[in-house]
Amino acid sequence: MTDFPRWKYALVAIVLALGLLYALPNVFRPQPAVQVSANRGYTIDATLQKKAQDALTQAKVPYQDVAIEGDRLLARFANTDVQLRASDTLRSALGDNYTVALNLASTVPHWLQVIGARAMPLGLDLQGGVHFLMQVDQTAVVQKQQQRYLDDIRSLLREKNIHYDSVSPGGQGVQVVLRTTGDRDAAAQAIGADSQDLVITDTTTPGGAPALQANIKPEVLRTLAENTIRQNVTTLRNRINALGVAEPLIQQQGDSRIVVELPGVQDTAEAKKILGATATLEYHANDLDVNPLQAQQSGNVPPEDRLYHDKDGRPLVLKKKVIVSGDELVDASQGYDQQSGQPDVSVELNSAGARKMLDFTTQNVGKPMAVVYVDSVQETKIVDGKEVHSYKTTEEVINNATIQGVFGKRFQTTGLGQEEAQTLAVLLRSGSLAAPSQIVEQRVIGPSLGQDNIKKGERAVLLGLALVLAAAAIYYKLFGLVADIALFFNLVILIAVMSAIGVTLTMPGIAGIVLTLGMAIDANVLICERIREELRNGSTPLASIRAGYDKAWATILDANVTHLLAALGLMTLGSGAIKGFGITLFIGILTSLFTSVTVTHAVTAAIHGGRKLKTLSV
Amino acid sequence: MEIFNPNSNIDFLRWGKVSVSISVLLIIASIFFITVRGLNYGLDFTGGVLVQVTYQQPVDVAEVRGALATSGFENAVVQSLGGTRDISIRLQSKADPAAVVNGVVKPDRVAADVLKALQAKRADAGLSRPPDFVGPQVGAELRNSGVIAVIVVIVGIMIYLGLRFEKRFAFAALASEVHDTLITVGIIAAVQREFDLTVLASVLAVVGYSINDKVVVFDRVRELFRSSRKAEPRDVLNRAINNTLSRTIITSLFTGITMGALFLFGGPAVHGFAITMLIGIVVGTLSSIFFANPILLWLGVSKKDLMPVTRENPELARRP
Repeated sequence: MTDFPRWKYALVAIVLALGLLYALPNVFRPQPAVQVSANRGYTIDATLQKKAQDALTQAKVPYQDVAIEGDRLLARFANTDVQLRASDTLRSALGDNYTVALNLASTVPHWLQVIGARAMPLGLDLQGGVHFLMQVDQTAVVQKQQQRYLDDIRSLLREKNIHYDSVSPGGQGVQVVLRTTGDRDAAAQAIGADSQDLVITDTTTPGGAPALQANIKPEVLRTLAENTIRQNVTTLRNRINALGVAEPLIQQQGDSRIVVELPGVQDTAEAKKILGATATLEYHANDLDVNPLQAQQSGNVPPEDRLYHDKDGRPLVLKKKVIVSGDELVDASQGYDQQSGQPDVSVELNSAGARKMLDFTTQNVGKPMAVVYVDSVQETKIVDGKEVHSYKTTEEVINNATIQGVFGKRFQTTGLGQEEAQTLAVLLRSGSLAAPSQIVEQRVIGPSLGQDNIKKGERAVLLGLALVLAAAAIYYKLFGLVADIALFFNLVILIAVMSAIGVTLTMPGIAGIVLTLGMAIDANVLICERIREELRNGSTPLASIRAGYDKAWATILDANVTHLLAALGLMTLGSGAIKGFGITLFIGILTSLFTSVTVTHAVTAAIHGGRKLKTLSV
Repeated sequence: MEIFNPNSNIDFLRWGKVSVSISVLLIIASIFFITVRGLNYGLDFTGGVLVQVTYQQPVDVAEVRGALATSGFENAVVQSLGGTRDISIRLQSKADPAAVVNGVVKPDRVAADVLKALQAKRADAGLSRPPDFVGPQVGAELRNSGVIAVIVVIVGIMIYLGLRFEKRFAFAALASEVHDTLITVGIIAAVQREFDLTVLASVLAVVGYSINDKVVVFDRVRELFRSSRKAEPRDVLNRAINNTLSRTIITSLFTGITMGALFLFGGPAVHGFAITMLIGIVVGTLSSIFFANPILLWLGVSKKDLMPVTRENPELARRP
């Protein structure tokens, strides 16, 4: 059995060594920490570090380390209680120019971090994390619906030639003021026939004119509210996935609230920014008949236009009508402009948007088109001791370039900084929030499983593995022991791969690891049974080993490829614990293919190769 | 150590008609249980009520869970909300039948009943805010994409088996998959075990385990057909099962040991997962022995289906 190739020995040794290396970080559990980042215009430097240290010492908060890491100041503490006290201390000491946030700093040694080794992030059920409660502002949605009905009723009445005085928003819907009661009845009939969603009642204005009140039915409003929340949940899920946050919990709570829970107390500042953001792009045409400077000075802007400003404060007069907006996007990504090297956002429109853009650019080659960056940022002020949440909307023209050629579906937009472009691309991709959502509550939560359950789970996993190892050794003797060694390395390599990729570990994931290991032994069972069969048929020990491995390989391959396909299905089943479970199973099948066959073969060849054997201990 | 007689030649296919009939009956029974009795969907699927409680003195999460369990509120998700005194409890509305009035769930009633259960153990428990509904974790989109994924997986496996073996094997594998999955889910529905995300994960893992098992037997069938001269299908199939019997039983035993340890000692978190896997392993093993091959026999598998096609030398192929 000396024909086991040398290079395979080397391969096994290298893989095992790498496995141990990349699985090692999991031994180093992360440490509670507080991170300080600077707001725009301020920096992190040594004076800030000293200030932080003094503040902590003064408040008698024992810290283990306060150091500048990259563009943040990181202070580490012994446990979460000290961490909470420290975060309060630092927040009051450092003032409003810096953002203080809780964090879990990794304690993995530097030399491991350099090669890209890190620990597996733990899921919500094992670790706990941050809990956000978001309030969805339904009024904006209702207003949009009101506007829609308003436009519809106006055009309907005009179509049917019913004269009216005014159509305006009022109450829970639209108020129509007419001239005669005859007109009113005709209008009521027309509106009732046109839409099932409205409840129409006759009223009279204070001036005595006959009027109609068309209110949106409550069920319609309720369905609208539900759809809004559902769409927001989907959008939030996309955004958090894009952040790379592992396995969040996103759930509807009550009529108008959404719960978002992120495992591990991570960079909450980043998460908060993404969660509530409503940045989007709008493309407008310039009104070339108006001089912007004059318009700004005189304050006279034609009714179909609006005055905007660009980044440098220069005024621009743009038509109110939106050519295309962020809602009509199919995909967006951040890249770099080929000519100028500036960061840009590549945009792909859906078919309706593409048509509109194509029409516009065809008719307007040589004329400028403005890109407006629209963003609403949440502001929290303390008024009379109570927190007041409000929105600040910025609408800035980032680009007003001349249309060089005709385009429709795909194009690039420059004019933003790199980070802004990246965030914008994520937001555009994840979809716009159907209604603005604000974070109204933020807390730290414990693991949803509870420490006692986690301990029980760990113990059971170790017990199960120990039993399988013992059973294999008893039943297959020496070959069983070799299989056990392979199983151990299977676990190590599996953990290493999962850590390197960054798969979140949840309780189902742990169960999946146990299952994978329990099934990995199957390949070894196949090989051992085949070797026994060959021995029974009279082959020499060495030939039996060779034949056993050869013949079993086809079976192992077929069985595992089909199993792999099944795991693939699991992986694509959307987000959540199931996806992590599927990934674990998938990686586990691959690693077990390697360890159960190649590693055991190598060990067996090393033990038996070159010796004259009479019997095999199998 | 050898448990099984390596030269056994039990005629499993003799009971072919009986075993397949039993399987069909079990499948019908499973469909009955799943549709009529329905699955006992857990909090992840149904959503429920959120009750937030605060205590005057520090309290332990295990304590709260215990107090809820003794009053009959099992399967509640209890979490600490920062600090040692605030607790959040999520439970299904149907855990408290008294709170459902005329088919409408009243969260206030649920909160009141939960509070009563907690105050029986600790007088200092109180509601920190009014209760709320919580939506499910697994929405309709996940369910739909799940069904699509299962179909794609099955089609993929059938194509692979059709290429590596022969199309009859693909159909036999499909039949066995459906058989194993339906019966496992049927048993879960029959005993009304709570069906949460971990149980769903293990049902899908059972699919993987089951196909693994079938392919090992099919592989032996293919090998025996190709190597034996007088390949009487029934004979070959029987021998294939006998040859792989030792491996089939041992593998299910080993995997069963790990799941058994999880089931007995793993605590409620992995309970559902472990018992579902155990059921799946038993059903899968039995179907590998008693179901897959009779189906293969009835589909009319024979030696010539498995012979490799001689394409390289057309002269050779023309010769008799």
